[in-house]
Amino acid sequence: MFRRLPDGAQSLVTVTVDGRAVRVPAGEMAAGALYEAGLIACRTTPVKGKPRGPWCMMGVCFDCLVVIDGMPNRQACLTPVAEGMRIERQDGARTIAPMEIEA
Amino acid sequence: MTDTADAVIVGGGLHGSSTALHLALRGVKALVIEKDYVARHASGVNAGGVRRLGRHLAEIPISVASMEIWHRIGDLVDDDCGFVAAGQVKVAESEAELDQLRARVAEVRALGFDHEELIGRDELKAVLPAISDHCIGAIICRRDGAADPYRTTTAFRRKAEALGARYREGVRVTGLAREGRHWRVTTDTGESVSTPIVVNCAGAWADRIAAMVGEHAPVEPIALMLMIAARMPHFVDPTVGATRRPLSFKQFRNGTVLIGGGYQGIVDRDRNWTRLDFDKLRLSCQTVSDLFPIMRGATIVRAWAGIEGRMPDDIPVIGPSAKAEGVFHAFGFSAHGFQMGPGVGSVMAEIITAGKTNLPIAPFAIQRFAPS
Amino acid sequence: MTAPLAAAALKDRYQLAIVGAGPAGLAAATLAAEKGIDTVLFDEQPMPGGQIYRSVGKSPVRDRAILGEDYWKGGALVDAFQASRAAYVPNATVWQLAPDREIGVSVGGAARLVRADRVILATGAMERPMPIPGWTLPGVMTAGAGQILLKSMAMVPSGRIVIAGLGPLLYLIAWQYLRAGVKIDAILETTPRGNRWGAAAHLPAFLLSPYFAKGRKLLSEVRRRVRVVGMVEDIRADGGDKLQSVTWARGAERETIPADLLLLHQGVVPNVNLAMAAGCAHEWDAVQLCFNPVLDAFGESSIPGIAIAGDGAGIGGAESAAHRGRLAAIAAARALGAVDATTFGWEAPRHQGQLARTMRGRAFLDALFRPPHSFRVPTGDTVVCRCEEVTAADVVDAVAKGCPGPNQMKALLRSGMGPCQGRMCGLTVTETIAAARNRTPAEIGYYRLRAPVKPITLAELANLPASPEAVAAVVR
Repeated sequence: MFRRLPDGAQSLVTVTVDGRAVRVPAGEMAAGALYEAGLIACRTTPVKGKPRGPWCMMGVCFDCLVVIDGMPNRQACLTPVAEGMRIERQDGARTIAPMEIEA
Repeated sequence: MTDTADAVIVGGGLHGSSTALHLALRGVKALVIEKDYVARHASGVNAGGVRRLGRHLAEIPISVASMEIWHRIGDLVDDDCGFVAAGQVKVAESEAELDQLRARVAEVRALGFDHEELIGRDELKAVLPAISDHCIGAIICRRDGAADPYRTTTAFRRKAEALGARYREGVRVTGLAREGRHWRVTTDTGESVSTPIVVNCAGAWADRIAAMVGEHAPVEPIALMLMIAARMPHFVDPTVGATRRPLSFKQFRNGTVLIGGGYQGIVDRDRNWTRLDFDKLRLSCQTVSDLFPIMRGATIVRAWAGIEGRMPDDIPVIGPSAKAEGVFHAFGFSAHGFQMGPGVGSVMAEIITAGKTNLPIAPFAIQRFAPS
Repeated sequence: MTAPLAAAALKDRYQLAIVGAGPAGLAAATLAAEKGIDTVLFDEQPMPGGQIYRSVGKSPVRDRAILGEDYWKGGALVDAFQASRAAYVPNATVWQLAPDREIGVSVGGAARLVRADRVILATGAMERPMPIPGWTLPGVMTAGAGQILLKSMAMVPSGRIVIAGLGPLLYLIAWQYLRAGVKIDAILETTPRGNRWGAAAHLPAFLLSPYFAKGRKLLSEVRRRVRVVGMVEDIRADGGDKLQSVTWARGAERETIPADLLLLHQGVVPNVNLAMAAGCAHEWDAVQLCFNPVLDAFGESSIPGIAIAGDGAGIGGAESAAHRGRLAAIAAARALGAVDATTFGWEAPRHQGQLARTMRGRAFLDALFRPPHSFRVPTGDTVVCRCEEVTAADVVDAVAKGCPGPNQMKALLRSGMGPCQGRMCGLTVTETIAAARNRTPAEIGYYRLRAPVKPITLAELANLPASPEAVAAVVR
């Protein structure tokens, strides 16, 4: 749905989106990686299970919530990517970070 | 406002509304005068704990009686109030704390009440799978639980009105003056009403009402802080407290988690204003983090503090005025009045219409604060 | 500015704390630092510029012509700030401002409490919600979101694109997209015919303002190249799991356009959450149709020591924002004793004059782009609270059952209780209740907002460093 303008060389990092590797410019917000991976929706809602994607891209709508490196409820539009970052779609109320269950 | 009323109740919170309902059941149609709106303060924003567990010994009889009403609350107010009897658990984090709990259970049983039960580590893990391993036992009250405070209070109000009580919101009582065998209740809108019965359910402002009839009640306005964490998959059923640190912890059916306890913010009761103390909320979060490791990644989405009234001995004022005929009090529930609401309203209606009640209310008499 | 600070490097106290690195915050911080005030600037983004000048320091968009000259002006503000001695804390989420100016802030997952003698809030604006049927579908977003994707990630949409609503940003993004080679299928304008009459009275001032020449050029270029449908009365977005089509109606006319992306916009409103949670008084503005803070001529709010500058003080645009920032900063400087009465006496009027000049023409824009009632107050199944999925019908129903206002609505329906904390639904809920009860929004009021104004993890709060008082208590 969104494509990049030709913009010359920028240093890229590799992140995974739902397990699939994508290359995105270093320092870009995770929301960019979602679009790079071709996703339009990034979560389903907790109340009615409806699909949602980013709405405002500036941190006020909280519709772009994803799981980043195992931590849920992260705003994709406010989280800069880093090499190896794991980004996953967030399903409904599935919000317990696996690391906490193991503790 | 009407000219006269069978009774005037000052304060439209849970105790005021429960009293209005129970009076209406006995044919007394009260006028409830509420300075803000029903459930605006402590009644609408508390942790919703419905517990007999851990009560001051003097409160146990009313609490036990109130619990019976909770278990058929739908019959009384035509609303289940969100009440879920998933139990209340008070955990011990050390042997010393477990000893304390053991002594407590013995004390309560000696009084003839068996709602508190001591459990060990294994049973605790079965009841609270997500509790930290360092917790070695607990007191459990299996038929205790939690409800929705705003919904409960408004349900009592609706039923009271259906039975003939009337409500005036946004009106503040400014004076009580004796007129023969009646009271003239004056308000900040200039309206007034004449009544033989005045019930002071004014919560954190009840001392001012008591003062209008020359009675002393050292109410301290407090603002207990609460937090809500964003929805998580279901991991806990009962409401949980701790022994040596303040905690009231529960998960709602919709998955959100409520964290409360006993840390106070700053309150200005004249401006209906509270300020959160994040330094103290830090302590609440540490408690939760220690007891429920699963919560470490939880997201706090909201915090607040409602205005409540506390008495110096942490038990309420319930009963007739010692100085003014026809005036009655039910206030100062010191942050644990929600569960008592249904029972207290019944007791108040009894005292007001029959002049007495079978439940022991002597410890709650306002006279205990009279300057000697 | 200093190198960006981490949480641990923050001092316990600053003379002046500024929240928001848009034009107001940047201008305020620069001026304050110039006057020798110990200043810290907190901002949520990784780079200064706010939203309007987002990524201006490092935008990946290579072709300057795409974004337009106004955007690049922001660079001068950023440069001046970076040359100043103000402390800069990016990636900082301010989740509390208490009336005594204690600030709760999280940087890199670590929370701190910091005090300031004076505070300037420059948290800017956000887009007004535009609750049409289907607005929650993936593939529907704000025009601002499209613009952020362009500015900061050089991303443009592919597929069929519809832009709808009213306000200058509609045409700006369309123009920027056209320059980037993007084809736009339609612009659906919701400006009602009646707005033109209301705006006409303000036309002379507008013609003299900086907006006129710019606006006219942009508009004609876009209209030449894109199909524009005016005075649209109804818009709905349809699709299963994502947007598939947009349907518009005007009188008896109706058309369905297949679409992959729908950008919605009907103006911007102040982002009030931090200011309201701090206790700053706000009042309903019947012209701008939003809640604005109550401020004096220098931006000081109802809470002494807390000032508000920029669009958060009332929508005025980027240039006004910078002047408001400087006014608030000079007032803070005076209060802190960093400038004397004489200096204040000749500097302040200069900023006031410049502010007045940039505000010329706003009345015209406000009147022309006044969003119609039907697009502010939805009906039926249209979602009002996005977070908790509460519909317009739910709200109207609750009012019919006696629910009088937004705070009771919160307790009943959970509207406003989700993670966005009422940002997306506050105005809609207030206006919907007002319409249902036949009262004004001023009478109905707004959600009671509290800290944390942005979510904070339990772990962060648990690890907040103990206050000096708490430490002393333990020692005792």
